[in-house]
Amino acid sequence: MTTEYMNEEHATVETGDDVVLEVTDLSVTFPSDDGPLPAVREVSYVLRRGEALGIVGESGSGKSVTSMAIMGLLPRNAQVEGSTRVLGQEIIGLNDKEISKVRGKKIAMIFQDPLTSLNPVYTIGYQIAEAVLAHKKVSKQAAMKRALELLEVVGIPSPEQRLRQYPHELSGGMRQRVVIAIAMANEPDVIIADEPTTALDVTVQAQVLDALQRARRETGAALVLITHDLGVVAGQVDRVGVMYAGRIVEMGPVEEVFYRPRMPYALGLLGSLPRLDGDASDRLTPILGSPPSLRDLPPGCGFAPRCPMARDRCHEEEPRLLLTTGDTGGESSAADDTIVHRSACHFSEELAGVEATDLFQAGEEREKAPKDAPETLVEPEVLLSATDLVKHFPIRSKGILRRKVGEVQAVSGISLDLREKETLALVGESGCGKSTTARLLLNLIKLTSGEVTYMGQPLQGLTDRRMRPLRKDLQLVFQDPFASLDPRMTVSDIIGEPMRIHGDGHRDARKRVKELLELVGLNPEHGSRYPHEFSGGQRQRIGVARALSLNPRVLVLDEPVSALDVSIQAGVINLLEDLQDELGLSYLFVSHDLSVVKHIADRVAVMYLGKMMETATTEQLFKAPAHPYTQALISAIPLPDPIKERTRERIIVTGDIPSPANPPSGCRFRTRCSKFANELSDAERTKCVEEPPELLDRGSGHRDACHYSQVVELI
Amino acid sequence: MSENGMFGSTRKGAKKKDSADRTQLQTILIRFTRHRPAMISLVMLILIVLFAFVGPFFWMWDHTVYKEIPSNLPPGGEHPLGSSAAGNDVLAQLMRGAQQTLKVAFTVSLVSTVVGSMWGATAGYYGGRVDALMMRIVDIFLIVPLLVAAAAIAGNTGAGASWSAIAMIIAIFSWATIARVVRGVVLSLREQEFVEAARASGASASWIIIRHLLPNAAGPIIVAATLLVAVAILAEAGMSFLGLGIQLPDISLGQMIGSARTAVTTRPWLFYPPGVLLVLICLTINFIGDGLRDALDPRQTRVRR
Amino acid sequence: MLVYTMRRVLGALPVLVLASILTFVMIDVSGDPLADIRMQQPPPTEEVIQQAEARLYLDRSMPERYWLWMTGIGGNGDIGLLQGEFGPSTQGPHYEIGPAIAERLWTTLRLVGAAMVFALGLAIITGVISALRQYSKLDYTLTFVGFLALAMPTFWLAGIMQAAGVKFNQLVDEQVFATIGDGRFRAQGEPLGDQFLNAFAHMALPTLVLMLISFASWSRYQRTSMLEVMNSDYVRLARAKGLRNHVVIRRHALRTALIPLTTVVAISVASVIDGAILTEVVFQWRGLGDFFITAVDNNDSYALMGWLLLSGVIVIVANLVADLLYAVLDPRIRYE
Repeated sequence: MTTEYMNEEHATVETGDDVVLEVTDLSVTFPSDDGPLPAVREVSYVLRRGEALGIVGESGSGKSVTSMAIMGLLPRNAQVEGSTRVLGQEIIGLNDKEISKVRGKKIAMIFQDPLTSLNPVYTIGYQIAEAVLAHKKVSKQAAMKRALELLEVVGIPSPEQRLRQYPHELSGGMRQRVVIAIAMANEPDVIIADEPTTALDVTVQAQVLDALQRARRETGAALVLITHDLGVVAGQVDRVGVMYAGRIVEMGPVEEVFYRPRMPYALGLLGSLPRLDGDASDRLTPILGSPPSLRDLPPGCGFAPRCPMARDRCHEEEPRLLLTTGDTGGESSAADDTIVHRSACHFSEELAGVEATDLFQAGEEREKAPKDAPETLVEPEVLLSATDLVKHFPIRSKGILRRKVGEVQAVSGISLDLREKETLALVGESGCGKSTTARLLLNLIKLTSGEVTYMGQPLQGLTDRRMRPLRKDLQLVFQDPFASLDPRMTVSDIIGEPMRIHGDGHRDARKRVKELLELVGLNPEHGSRYPHEFSGGQRQRIGVARALSLNPRVLVLDEPVSALDVSIQAGVINLLEDLQDELGLSYLFVSHDLSVVKHIADRVAVMYLGKMMETATTEQLFKAPAHPYTQALISAIPLPDPIKERTRERIIVTGDIPSPANPPSGCRFRTRCSKFANELSDAERTKCVEEPPELLDRGSGHRDACHYSQVVELI
Repeated sequence: MSENGMFGSTRKGAKKKDSADRTQLQTILIRFTRHRPAMISLVMLILIVLFAFVGPFFWMWDHTVYKEIPSNLPPGGEHPLGSSAAGNDVLAQLMRGAQQTLKVAFTVSLVSTVVGSMWGATAGYYGGRVDALMMRIVDIFLIVPLLVAAAAIAGNTGAGASWSAIAMIIAIFSWATIARVVRGVVLSLREQEFVEAARASGASASWIIIRHLLPNAAGPIIVAATLLVAVAILAEAGMSFLGLGIQLPDISLGQMIGSARTAVTTRPWLFYPPGVLLVLICLTINFIGDGLRDALDPRQTRVRR
Repeated sequence: MLVYTMRRVLGALPVLVLASILTFVMIDVSGDPLADIRMQQPPPTEEVIQQAEARLYLDRSMPERYWLWMTGIGGNGDIGLLQGEFGPSTQGPHYEIGPAIAERLWTTLRLVGAAMVFALGLAIITGVISALRQYSKLDYTLTFVGFLALAMPTFWLAGIMQAAGVKFNQLVDEQVFATIGDGRFRAQGEPLGDQFLNAFAHMALPTLVLMLISFASWSRYQRTSMLEVMNSDYVRLARAKGLRNHVVIRRHALRTALIPLTTVVAISVASVIDGAILTEVVFQWRGLGDFFITAVDNNDSYALMGWLLLSGVIVIVANLVADLLYAVLDPRIRYE
């Protein structure tokens, strides 16, 4: 941009020449049949050349809408107010021709879901070259050449071949790197990445974040990283803004915000996070309640209804985003200085030195009961036991004959024991077979071979009728709180259904439903409502209540908290812990989230491509992981701690998870194993290729399936 | 045609009532009443039904009477819509014709929906080879041109003497569309977690189908059944026009148009009224179907992003 | 792609066989080809009836007759679809079904083809406009027109059009539209320009009718499909790249939104044929519609079976073409 032009704009002169993006009082409102919906309110920030700014917030906080508004990508009916300047040029209200010169050229964007971001009918090369050709007058061949370079930069193997492939032929992680390549095609000044790794597995997330960093190095672009993951933010950005109910409520350098939050919400968010680097025996401190509906926001501070320190003023007057240090007279309108810490709280100075536990646990009296870990002298009874579980799903042709043309080896030889009152976690990335294993244990799908016993009784081959009494003891809680409740039934009917199935839905049932609602922390009078009237966290509690209605002994929890926002998740985790203590339940906890697992589990089993990689007590596994996959998994999880996250040592896993229809020979992990690639000799590798490692005890019940396992300390 | 109807959305939002106070049925009703074309259509359809079924009791002429009336009377006087070549009162014929047409169409829709839902639900629930085979049979019924096939059989059997026979013949060729809709819905519902939750509690297949699958498939079934009424009306009209549907002395709207085919310009009162009525019936039904689709689709939020 | 094609073709065969069985059984059970003979006054002798039965193969069992109808093995050489013979007609030994159908097939296919091409064009244009101007007055108008077209009985619209054509001719005092007949015989031997004008005069109104009847549901479908694609992530990414709006719509949205339409159009070929029959009757064309009515009037079972099976084949072929087109348009299917 010319300096002349910028001199005419007095606002930008003050902020200096290196400002690439300046957002001032940006508000977005969607009209709806039930009244206007203010999705974003008065958001302001500046971004300097080469800087990385993180925007964190839960779903519905307006963080994605903000970035869409900046790009001018919102639907036509959205009302956008305020100003957005890219290199001094106002871009709100530009016409199509003008804005298309800015998009992609000065400001580029990466979207959340790589599976839908690329047009399925064009080749990768075409789609990258198209971005080049949109702004540069070069030949098609030159554009293709540039596309090839870009693919190399983002680290895609055999890029020439990829150019001619279609999106569906690439994995999710690979596609997201293609999107990054498109974003950097014209060396933009700003890249906005909207949840770029949310849809990906952790090991792939690490690869994509790496590609994003390389893209920034190459282009010198500033980054706006939008995410709900505090760990990702901690390691990737210089400054961070926290959004809540459409507003930025806290903003400052990442260390300031993480170590010295000055807004109760930010404090609560950090406190409600189960941490890989924390002490598992600490009880999480959830934020009570759920985010307000944008349609009827409270008049004062949006967080006041959930804030333990809210006073009258908080309910009347909306706090402004002000400096936290020194005088409080500074206005938020010109976000001129990038190193200061601002927060939107009337009483932010009172938060100096306050811990989340001090603030949020006041209302919660229950202490986390100490785990009876030392009592291992008497082994508790084994309730559910699996031996050599195998499940192959046939791949059938589409014709009427439906010939079997292959097999997906979802589970290939899994053995595990679930003991009374313990929590066994089954962890792994997508496609590892953990959910299939859970369903095999409940006899919900037929196993190909192997054996499942419940209290010594084999389950496989039982008829539905014979299985039914056992189902009382074995219950299931699902991941998706929206899909797991029948939308056409009332909550009472949903919770009472298992009782009716088992023929005891009489008079007592109503009482029992009320008890259950109370037990899971819901208002017992709400039984006549329908699921859609509840929030995600509340629905998940309904799902738990349903599972408990038959007084089970074993609960299989399939990713029970992964669809929930952080502040809600903590409450459900606490509930599960309390229920276990009160009712003496055994949990099989299926999850991809090691932080949650570390918090809740007694023992952990790590799966990869249908095989067990490592099993150990939680303590052993996180302190001294032995299998290279476990190590990679732990190392790939970003810690919500800026200093630790930047300084820790990493084990990077290369490549994508192979297809379970065609798993590698020998050790299934070898294709991505850094030990295999970097440390082993050829002779040693041969063993990995030829011989599938067995799950062997390395003492004290810690087992791993690696020929060359070696304990490493990572946290 | 899978399509979220579009007329129902009033841009300036009605005042929002706390959603927690509403039952589902109320929500559906509120949504439907907000769909203005559907509401107008519903009122009109009710009027047409009254005209067809109650009207004959009040109208002075019976549709079978012809000797007392001069032929080819232009509209006016005692015969507001004139009289036919044989001397029948056109208004009386119109009532009777609409009545027969509606009877046929609703019967077709009912029979097809029952048969099609059962067929589709079975195929969808069991999946695999059963599904492949059952849906192949559905395909066969879909590839035969409905009107021609139905007309051929009606012509062969001389079914035109009774409206119920005509309805059955049309139903033979129209249940397949319902089966396809239901099968698609059930196929996706079957994978829902709440169905698995019921299975995990030990629910039997019939429990799941009755308590979970059918209630959740009700929306698409009702919509498809509604739209099928319009399809059946047009099919019956086409058959009658070809002379292979309802036969004289009984009468239907299609047949009235057919016999007035050569009199479009000379005696327009014979040609236009039955056509307009036919279009009105189909149009109102299609709009009602559109409104129902809007109202019954639980995913449809009123916020457009 | 070759494998895919082969698989599709092979997959269509069982449907074809089942369709032939359905057609045969339906017509065979419902019709009595000898009804007219039996009704004759004075009543025909037993011998006459037996002769007719033998000629029409009614003396054999139904499965036998189906086999005969398909293969012609054991027949008198006038039956057997695989040998190109459609079977004996009740309209006398000299009436050959095969040539009669062939003669009229072209007339009907021409109408169906022309109407479908125009309807498709109209559907795409209106569908895209509706989607791009969602909830505008234009969108509401187009939607209303679509609903009206869906509610319109083909033959009634045809009747109105015919009357309008006559009116128009009177008004301009020239025979612009031919409102009766398909005009096939009149034009032979005339100069090319006249032939074209003649064809246009006859084709214009029926094509218009059939097009209006057919386009509505496709247009609605195209609108939905277009709206879905316009809200997709890849269209957003295309915009984020800095492509101009019209480029995004043409290259990314329209291109992808057209794919599912192929299937929808193929499925509705059957109903277009229905519409064509009615339209032909109104405009008094000597097409398959006329053939069909004659066949029904004469209880001509083999003619009806041949007719229905032929239309079934047309629909199956159309679906096959759509499947292949789908694969060409969508690389995800291509490499299945």
